Amino acid sequence: MSAATIVNLPDQKTAVIPKKNYINAEDGILSWLFTADHKRIAILYLISITFFFLVGGTFAGLIRLELLTPQPDLVASDTYNKLFTMHGIVMIFLFLVPSIPATLGNFLIPIMIGTRDLAFPKINLLSWYLYMFGAIFLSAAIVLGGVDTGWTFTTPLSTHYLNTHVVTAGLGVFIVGFSSIFTGLNFIVTIHRMRAPGMTWFRLPLFVWSNYAASVLMVLGTPVLAITLVLVVLERTIGIGVFDPTKGGDPLLFQHLFWFYSHPAVYIMILPGFGVISEVMSTFSRKRVFGYSAVAFSSVAIALFGFFVWAHHMFIMGVSNYSALVFSLLTMLVAVPSAIKVFNWSFTMQKGSITFETPMLYALAFIGLFTIGGLTGVFLGSLGMDIHLTETYFIVAHFHYVMVGGMLMAFLAGLHFWWPKLTGRMYPESISQLSAVTSFIGFNLTFMPQFMLGYLGMPRRYHSYPPEFQVLNVLSTAGATVLGFGFLMPVLYLLWSLKYGKIAGNNPWQATGLEWQIQSPPLTENFIEMPVMDHEAYDYEWLAHKTEQEVTTVG
Amino acid sequence: MDNAIVATHDTHVEEHHVELPQLRHHFETEEQQREAGTFGMWLFLLTEIMFFGGLFFAYLLYRNWYNPAFVAASNQLSIPLGTVNTAVLISSGFFMALGVWAAEVRKKSLLVLFLILTNIAGLAFLGVKAVEYKEKWDKHHIPGAHFDITEFVNPPLNPKTGKPVEEPLSPDMAQKTQLFFVLYFAMTGMHALHMVIGIVLLFWLTYRANRGEFTEGYVAPIENFGLYWHFVDIVWIFLFPLLYLINRHPGT
Amino acid sequence: MSSQYHDPANVTNPEHSEHHIIGPGTYILVYVSLLILTGLTVAAAFVDLGILNPVLAVGIACVKGTVVILFFMHVFYQSKLIKLTVTAGFFTFLVLITMTLSDYMSRAWGLW
Ligand SMILES: [Cu+2]
Repeated sequence: MSAATIVNLPDQKTAVIPKKNYINAEDGILSWLFTADHKRIAILYLISITFFFLVGGTFAGLIRLELLTPQPDLVASDTYNKLFTMHGIVMIFLFLVPSIPATLGNFLIPIMIGTRDLAFPKINLLSWYLYMFGAIFLSAAIVLGGVDTGWTFTTPLSTHYLNTHVVTAGLGVFIVGFSSIFTGLNFIVTIHRMRAPGMTWFRLPLFVWSNYAASVLMVLGTPVLAITLVLVVLERTIGIGVFDPTKGGDPLLFQHLFWFYSHPAVYIMILPGFGVISEVMSTFSRKRVFGYSAVAFSSVAIALFGFFVWAHHMFIMGVSNYSALVFSLLTMLVAVPSAIKVFNWSFTMQKGSITFETPMLYALAFIGLFTIGGLTGVFLGSLGMDIHLTETYFIVAHFHYVMVGGMLMAFLAGLHFWWPKLTGRMYPESISQLSAVTSFIGFNLTFMPQFMLGYLGMPRRYHSYPPEFQVLNVLSTAGATVLGFGFLMPVLYLLWSLKYGKIAGNNPWQATGLEWQIQSPPLTENFIEMPVMDHEAYDYEWLAHKTEQEVTTVG
Repeated sequence: MDNAIVATHDTHVEEHHVELPQLRHHFETEEQQREAGTFGMWLFLLTEIMFFGGLFFAYLLYRNWYNPAFVAASNQLSIPLGTVNTAVLISSGFFMALGVWAAEVRKKSLLVLFLILTNIAGLAFLGVKAVEYKEKWDKHHIPGAHFDITEFVNPPLNPKTGKPVEEPLSPDMAQKTQLFFVLYFAMTGMHALHMVIGIVLLFWLTYRANRGEFTEGYVAPIENFGLYWHFVDIVWIFLFPLLYLINRHPGT
Repeated sequence: MSSQYHDPANVTNPEHSEHHIIGPGTYILVYVSLLILTGLTVAAAFVDLGILNPVLAVGIACVKGTVVILFFMHVFYQSKLIKLTVTAGFFTFLVLITMTLSDYMSRAWGLW
């Protein structure tokens, strides 16, 4: 990249990490395990979800390896079923759902709105323990021999036909669900009740808005999944028959209840990512986000519409033609607020002074990949196309474009963007730019061929395929290898930077959020004195003015 | 430390009364803490609404599909016991509401008394529920391998008229009564589970109330527990007509 | 600037309401009306009203539930925020019911 950069680090010869900060406030592993500090809980979450991301990634690697050849040769067919099931369950429930809210959101929301902690610090800690407790159940299910229902726990397959650890896995997801309910509840109360003086709703950073919208979905959607899984577990253990046609039950009822949560869950995963992109776009374009209130309201609109579209997952399952039509139309509606966001981010860059540090690279990757993922979602939402494309690799490619190309890129953008705030040190810039580019190339190489495979009719969830599909599958596996390196690199150099990274100072990006006006890493109580918000969000003139004043005072 | 944004503000708002020991450091006033607690509790109750919501929808669906089976099975439940239990639970809620009032006006012995009354009524409700469950057990109306449909296919005769007390069901429809009892046990069981959790909490709250913890101005735990307890009441207020009172006028 | 006014409890905010203590008088009134409504719902079950039987039963339950929410649970005196929250919960529940039911009803048109 060229010399253009906004990075502004303190003089490395004299700079030091602040003596007092949340990391060294207390010593010993117990001070972490019993902490009530939202920042420490965020770090606990970050470590745990990274671990499970690597576990889920390993499963993905094995799947791609198996698909290198048309024959089933690497793993047995039932092992393959377990691999894709556990890849899905681990990635969705242990990584994607908690990823941004529980780590970056937990760390940043109280600071961004100018308070000392979340409203219920103990419940925040409890939600991490619930996460770990559920994760233990899921790990037990994996270690004891796995599950092979697919991540959707589809009945009657999951209740009647499989001999794997469905009950253990179901309970695990049930428990993890409550962890996400408590995170959402905590965020909503905090954002409503704990804002600093002057921090009105329309001065909130957009990251807070989007996490707020996701929290609403967590609170209202997750319990429906919980009761559904309870019924599946009861059906499997004592045969209650609610989903069993031989006893008069209806398997489609399971689908309705499951997707009532699991469609909004997609927005639980992606909305916080939107928030990250808004922050990053504004900072690296040096402009206020174009159409602030449109972006803010589109988050809320997505959350609201999200509850009205779930049956688009069920078009081929025998829902009525009329309701398929209605749900298809409503699905199109969600595209509107999503498009508003994409357009507004693009307009934010227009005539901005753009620089291409790593977070911005990831954010640009996000916009491109999410647009492809979102548009193919419109294909799948339209009735005729869906019947042709659903249950093929097209749908696999679609949701990986949204979840990996969108969400994971946003997570990495946010992680790099706030890494200096989390740790007080910079990540190494050039290697991280390399990793951003690598993952972008690897990602497209992996999943673009899958769109073609799906369009040609290769079904998902099979471990063998006709030989004419091999070229595209080899391409995809090659891409997955590149992508793997792209994702492994950050793990390594971010760990390296903990010790050897440059000292970041308070505000390396010269960003405007309240979190950048305090020391990095922050104090346990975040602010020495409670802040007063006297300017709009993303006000770069205010920042320039403030910096100028400081220079005069010091000079 | 960069403090340009951090302006000092007046602290007189907080200063004109002594802070309660229960005020946590990240809240600025008790008012803020109390309202945050109430709001949090309500959000938790929203999740409860949706949690029971799934069951209520299953009930709605199967009642419409298998109406004759639901009618016959529902008539197996005892209206007197159900009505008494509803009254008992409403009374429990009433005592709880009075308990909240007692805490708010700082009357310790009244608070303890009302909490104990709440608890007694709650336990009585569970006792009646246990009697009802026992009866279902004896009649083989627990869903599962031992579920018995003879009573629905061949209803007993009314000694006076010599006619069956209930319209007999075809064996196929009679099987569906099992679905009613599944929902009956799932819904009342889930409700009873909430009651049990509530009763455990009540014992703990009564103990703390007796030490005077909630009558010095800090009433949030009592208020928030009250919200939970009333919510459990509301669930029962809906369960009672839906499960016990389906079509109680055969032959008319 | 008015927005800088320090307002930790959001006193000037529609999300805030004064702590209102409801006295035993109201509670007794609510209690009695709940008991009467319970009697009413049992009595109504023995009268053949056709399709109106379940409608009436659920209607009475809704009235009882609303009374409990408004007075036992203090929502009547709470902030707009709490009122909105409660409404949002029941709204989402209704979305679940109506949207799912619309599928079942249109699948067996005329049989419902
Ligand atoms: Cu969907």
